[in-house]
Amino acid sequence: MTLRNLEVGKSGRVLQVGGEKALRRRLLEMGITPRTVITVKKIAPMGDPVELFLRGYALTLRLEDAEKITIEKISENGGASK
Amino acid sequence: MIIALAGNPNCGKSTLFNRLTGANRRVGNFPGVTVDGMIGNVIGHKGVSIVDLPGIYSLTSYTSDEIVSRDFLLKQKPDAIINITDATNIERNLYLTLQLIKLQIPMILALNMMDEVLANSGSVDILQLQNALGITVVPISAKKKEGLAELTEIAIHAAAHKTLPLRIDFCTDAAHRAIHAISHIVEDHAQRHGIPARFAATKLVEGDDNMLKTLSLSANQADMIEHAVVEMETELGTDREAAIVDMRYRFIEDVCKRCVVKAEESREYRRSVRLDSVLTHKIWALPSFLGIMFTVFLLTFGVIGVPLSGVLESGIDMLARAVDGALEASGVNPALQSLVIDGIFAGVGAVVGFVPIIVTLFFFLSMLEDSGYMARIAFVMDKLLRKIGLSGRSIVPMLMGFGCTVPAIMAARTLASRRDKKMTVLLTPFMSCGAKLPIYALFTAAFFAKHQALVMMSLYVTGIILAILSGLVMNKTIFRGAPVPFVLELPNYRLPAAKTVLFLMWDKTKDFVLRAFTYIFAAAVVIWFLQYFDIRLNPVADSGDSILAHIGRLMTPVFAPIGFSDWRVPTALVTGFSAKEVVISTLAVLTEAGTESLGDALHGLFTPLTAFSFLIFTLLYTPCVAAVATVKRELGSLKGTFFVILYQTGIAWMAAFFVYWAGRTVFGLDG
Repeated sequence: MTLRNLEVGKSGRVLQVGGEKALRRRLLEMGITPRTVITVKKIAPMGDPVELFLRGYALTLRLEDAEKITIEKISENGGASK
Repeated sequence: MIIALAGNPNCGKSTLFNRLTGANRRVGNFPGVTVDGMIGNVIGHKGVSIVDLPGIYSLTSYTSDEIVSRDFLLKQKPDAIINITDATNIERNLYLTLQLIKLQIPMILALNMMDEVLANSGSVDILQLQNALGITVVPISAKKKEGLAELTEIAIHAAAHKTLPLRIDFCTDAAHRAIHAISHIVEDHAQRHGIPARFAATKLVEGDDNMLKTLSLSANQADMIEHAVVEMETELGTDREAAIVDMRYRFIEDVCKRCVVKAEESREYRRSVRLDSVLTHKIWALPSFLGIMFTVFLLTFGVIGVPLSGVLESGIDMLARAVDGALEASGVNPALQSLVIDGIFAGVGAVVGFVPIIVTLFFFLSMLEDSGYMARIAFVMDKLLRKIGLSGRSIVPMLMGFGCTVPAIMAARTLASRRDKKMTVLLTPFMSCGAKLPIYALFTAAFFAKHQALVMMSLYVTGIILAILSGLVMNKTIFRGAPVPFVLELPNYRLPAAKTVLFLMWDKTKDFVLRAFTYIFAAAVVIWFLQYFDIRLNPVADSGDSILAHIGRLMTPVFAPIGFSDWRVPTALVTGFSAKEVVISTLAVLTEAGTESLGDALHGLFTPLTAFSFLIFTLLYTPCVAAVATVKRELGSLKGTFFVILYQTGIAWMAAFFVYWAGRTVFGLDG
């Protein structure tokens, strides 16, 4: 699944980061690297973008960009599912 | 001695800069590189200056800020770097640190906001961190002025003794081998360009095309590099870009595991979440935003800024009258007397009149920016603005455009990407500024007394609609291509530091006065000249004989198709270039009606239809000289500035033409 599909309040672990060159680069540099755990905190009032929490700080991304990030969901009991 | 101050956005960099330097600051200017940052002398250390580089997350070359910083560090070679980091967000902040270390410049890591970390029962093992990174680490709190003296001492010491960072290795085998191999290939080229070989090699492994160009390598060398990188990719099973970023972060995670006791969920973060539960709430976000914007607008243009401008202007007026009396009494040439009063004093008055508005608006903008709310505006408004190819933050300058185009365009400076900035500057003049309001009021009262509010509203809406249309068109034409990615940090809310706010207000005002003064002043004097003399350069007795009136007459053929066949209308519009409200006083002079009975006199010049066409033209045609001077400053291009003038005037003509044509043919109104 991708980060776009992750519901508010849920967390996922990054598997792969896609997107065209400049975007991908920026995502990686902001700390969205494989294995990073990301939590979706909020969706903006107009439905886009989303507020994320990772590596101890809050970041916002557009849904179309969040779609480029493949994740596995971390379920409440700590296990992972794709 | 020059020390560069580098760090991420939102890490307290400007606060530190303002703490370390005094009032003696100037815009940095170095041969070959444009740093749109400040340079200041360090308090208490003679001959030591600090350059405040733009806030950046990385040293790649994807944004103009990154390119500027990288060029400065590589070409200007400061004596030392102070890398300021937010200790509460250390992982991501250290990412830039790892790249800066490779530049082989003496470097100090300033761990800012250590007070917050400690208050939330976190800690950082400074010695361990120093060992891991190979540079001196100084914990500070820029806000509470803690550790600053020590930081400067150590930085100056390191610069004087050229203490280079120790060599650290964060790369695993395959990448290490690739970097090592490429270092050898590019060593000579890098040395010739004054770039540390390992820094160049790392950038090449990351696939940085800019570096490839800079080094001007042979095709053979480029091939060898490509081969080494592909080999690394195969071995690591990942691509070059991800590989190096991932290795840096792995290294950082490992360092943090050893040196950092993470703070519990900090008070500042919890406070931010609480504030955001209203400010970015599904329902309350928009009303809060509009409320905050309305308050800023009201205080700037209603309660503080504009009345203060009025006070200043009447002060200058009084002075002008006193000088006028004195000149009259001394019996100097009336032309000189008129030049001083109607030219020079009018020009100075126009410049000074802007100052209180700029000061007040930038006080509020600085509060919004430094508190962290500006990032939330981007978050809340992004979806709306994206439709015309902008990002959410552009809404702020645009809204301020309804007050005054000058500070609104200045406010576009803080926008992250050059594309957003340019487009915002081009679209802001469509927002009907406050100086046009007296014109609307006069005309609507004279011609549309019953529907005054409706007509005014239609003008504002027309401006907005044309801005949106222009945005859509520009997006498909001059701004085609991928917009800069919208990946934005939402920093914790913080109370802005008074000194930072004050300095910003001071800098902006100084910048405006210094740069706009010549233009506004020149425009006032030129317009005075055109009004005072006839074409044989004799002072005019009848305002209809002036050079300006001649220009107005020459322009009538252009304006006839939009309904203005009387030369006095174009003449008034030309004088409006010095300031929009001047249109009224010119009309009053030319119709010999005086301001009182001007409304009635206008009926001799306009029908209701041509009055409306005139209002539409006034709404859209070229911004005043002060705004144009500001556009030139912000775009930094004469071509772009002329584009704004021609584009706005062209759109104004077409819109007025459409109104006039439709009014006559479709609605059968009198022209």
